[in-house]
Amino acid sequence: MRTICIYFQVHQPFRFRRYRFFDIGNDHYYYDDYSNESILHKVAQKCYLPANALMLDLIQKNKGKFKIAYSLSGIAMEQFRLYAPEVLESFKKLADTGQVEFLSETYAHSLSSLKGREEFEKQVQAHDQLIKEHFGQEPKVFRNTELVYSDEIGAMVAEMGFKAMLTEGAKHVLGWKSPNFLYCNAINPKLKLLLKNFKLSDDIAFRFSNKGWPEYPLTAEKYVDWLNQTPEKEEVINLFMDYETFGEHQWKETGIFDFLKALPSTVFKNSPFTFSTPSEVARKLQVVSAVNVPYPISWADEERDLTAWLGNELQQEAFDKLYSLGEKVYESNDAGIQQDYSYLQVSDHFYYMSTKFFSDGEVHSYFNPYKSPYDAFINYMNILSDFEIRVNAAVQSTVDDHVARLSKIIKEKDEQLEMLEQRLASKQKPDSKKTVGTKTQAAGKKSTATKKPATITKGSTTKTSGSAKRAQTGKKS
Amino acid sequence: MRVLMFGWEFPPHISGGLGTACYGLTRGMSSIKNLDILFVVPKAYGDEDQSRLKLLGAGDVTVDIRKIRESQYLKDLSYIEINSNLVPYTSPEEYEELVNKVENKGKRLVETSMGGKLNFTGKYGKDLYEEIANYAVVAGEIALKEDFDIIHSHDWLTYPAGIAAKRASGKPLVIHVHATDFDRSGGKVNPTVFEIEKTGMQLADKIIAVSNLTRNTVIDKYGIHPDKVVTVYNAVDPLSDQEKLQMKRGITDKVVTFLGRVTLQKGPEYFVQAAHKVLQKMDNVRFVMAGSGELLEKMIHWTSALGISDRFHYTGFLKGDDVFKMFSISDVYVMPSVSEPFGISPLEAMQSNVPSIISYQSGVAEILQYAFKVDFWDVDALADAIYGLLNYPSLSEMFKKYGVKEVHDMKWENSGKKVHNLYKEFVK
Repeated sequence: MRTICIYFQVHQPFRFRRYRFFDIGNDHYYYDDYSNESILHKVAQKCYLPANALMLDLIQKNKGKFKIAYSLSGIAMEQFRLYAPEVLESFKKLADTGQVEFLSETYAHSLSSLKGREEFEKQVQAHDQLIKEHFGQEPKVFRNTELVYSDEIGAMVAEMGFKAMLTEGAKHVLGWKSPNFLYCNAINPKLKLLLKNFKLSDDIAFRFSNKGWPEYPLTAEKYVDWLNQTPEKEEVINLFMDYETFGEHQWKETGIFDFLKALPSTVFKNSPFTFSTPSEVARKLQVVSAVNVPYPISWADEERDLTAWLGNELQQEAFDKLYSLGEKVYESNDAGIQQDYSYLQVSDHFYYMSTKFFSDGEVHSYFNPYKSPYDAFINYMNILSDFEIRVNAAVQSTVDDHVARLSKIIKEKDEQLEMLEQRLASKQKPDSKKTVGTKTQAAGKKSTATKKPATITKGSTTKTSGSAKRAQTGKKS
Repeated sequence: MRVLMFGWEFPPHISGGLGTACYGLTRGMSSIKNLDILFVVPKAYGDEDQSRLKLLGAGDVTVDIRKIRESQYLKDLSYIEINSNLVPYTSPEEYEELVNKVENKGKRLVETSMGGKLNFTGKYGKDLYEEIANYAVVAGEIALKEDFDIIHSHDWLTYPAGIAAKRASGKPLVIHVHATDFDRSGGKVNPTVFEIEKTGMQLADKIIAVSNLTRNTVIDKYGIHPDKVVTVYNAVDPLSDQEKLQMKRGITDKVVTFLGRVTLQKGPEYFVQAAHKVLQKMDNVRFVMAGSGELLEKMIHWTSALGISDRFHYTGFLKGDDVFKMFSISDVYVMPSVSEPFGISPLEAMQSNVPSIISYQSGVAEILQYAFKVDFWDVDALADAIYGLLNYPSLSEMFKKYGVKEVHDMKWENSGKKVHNLYKEFVK
């Protein structure tokens, strides 16, 4: 079997407003509603709506033979709901055809996979919940933000129950191997890996309209020729790209939609290739080998690594500072804070701080609302400073609440105990024989029963948060 | 190849960035083989060591020429001083003021062959334009006597001299625009100066601008064809050991520094406004305005009125080592210039490990990557940048780490080579 697996990334960040240092502590709203709404409208008109309509058309015309997959970030879905519900509707229609697979990812299109499992898993669950809500699918294949992947991340994803994962067919990882086979994770071979064919993907995503490219103009016929030229025993061509390629990065005028429209029928006419979703590829194909990826890779830039997001000191400081707040964020138990925490994690914010524009300039500046990486950094850090103040305040108030609640319980228990002791004392006097019996019985039943009140009484004499902690640990054990 | 170069100041007498730039450029070109520079300067002070001057009795023109030796790896530079009183960065009004102060000096007569005696600096010439014209006359004389292949004039005061030399010799003229009157005047352009500049640009065979910003001014405001105007960026000399000397810091507060002339062009009021904003949020920071100028008094009144005088300090004009001492106790350097054709001082700050904030309206912003850039009028952005550099350590660390290297790579040798290549277009 020779098949093509197409997957599109759909993501739009919640962009921050210009947040100055004098706003810290005074203003807790961080978002540029105008930009977010207008950009989403623009991209919806230029890309999402026409592209979705075209996909629907292609799926219907090709009666079960044309299949695609999407990965929609939670943040993007939220923005659709807010600003362009018709986009969400059009995705639902695609989901209803049964030919479209929705992949799992982090809700916030974040880099949380690099910061341990807890936050990562929370976000994946939140995302998959939303996918289920909108499209009635439970994602089985995982696609990490910007195809970020390493052996460890893969193993973690496998443990979370996913069958397969998508990543970049990075040259420095594959070496002489071809991306056009099914691979598996080096730690846990149960997790299958689909690797992006970056040459054929980028021909469409980046080079399609480049008039300086020797292959310009690219037609569906020529493209299918290239597919046919791949060695016959290679089984799958993974074409992974930004959905915004269609109509936004490559404008309609470049003929990108016509190319897309002609692609399926040309494939069927001129080649033995079929189309499959990632789940089908993972199910039908045999794994040929494991790939070793000790250091994280991604699909970005020449280097295919993390340097676009975490390559410089600014990005590192911002990233580490953000995640250092994680524990407190969940302690705070404040929905607003948790939401902001999620939005702060959107990988785009770190991308804006990249100083790589010196070499990979064009792509970086295209997506960047800031004039310089330093502007992006300061804006982010100002927001993070305000966020930190809020988190600390919220945690303080929950700690205070907690202490107050526990103190109350201790006080009530003390009173109860006192009452019981009085009753005990009054009963001990007339009938000593009977009390000895009950005493030993009680001790035999639960040795801790006598100890526990003692610690509580001890704790209640010093009403500090220390007593609350002790009481808490007592409760846990 | 021999270059006849007209400047207007040279060490030790430097009143602004121009002298530094001319000096740097000539030094940068001194490593080029078969290139000699004959440097002509109006002598503004007269306190140079006379014993080292050799009088050049060339016909009727009385000019001083001396050889100066910079350092062992550089070759001798022929250096000519003309008795004049041209002081750069002065408006004609300022010039009059200056002249009145030194009026009691003796007469100096310069003989020329152009029709008898010319009263070159009788009481140091009351009129700046007259001085410029006289300088041009002498320049024409030198051009007749000396042998050279190309003429190079630095800024408007020397354009007429360059033109005169070109007329006298028929050699090609390159003019070097370090600033235009649009930069100096803050928009209120002096029509006479404008006319001198424009004539110079029109008659020049090639124009060198110190940045694209200046290049665009030359093209847009003076109507010069773009093909004739080339950008050659300035550079900066490496710090000497003496300049690296650290001053002991007497305070634990952070220090934010403005260093430059306190004039409209340099945007001191934006610095004051930003300081006011930052001080509302932080108290462990001090602001220093180092420099003097026509707006200084106004700034002092203003900072008092804002109630920030206890955190805002004035040093007056700093020169020499004091500049580097100031940098050594600074945490942030700010150059909020309204219009800065190039701007060497942020490079000096960066050499001293001080992170810099510069305005987009400066030429140096075109080539610096490890500096924070803001629009000069955007006080909020400026304040934000100051706050960010003081509070988020990775940013200032990054600027320090890469800034030194970035500036180190800007060498006068490279600028000199570019200028030499331009000469070669005219001199085969």
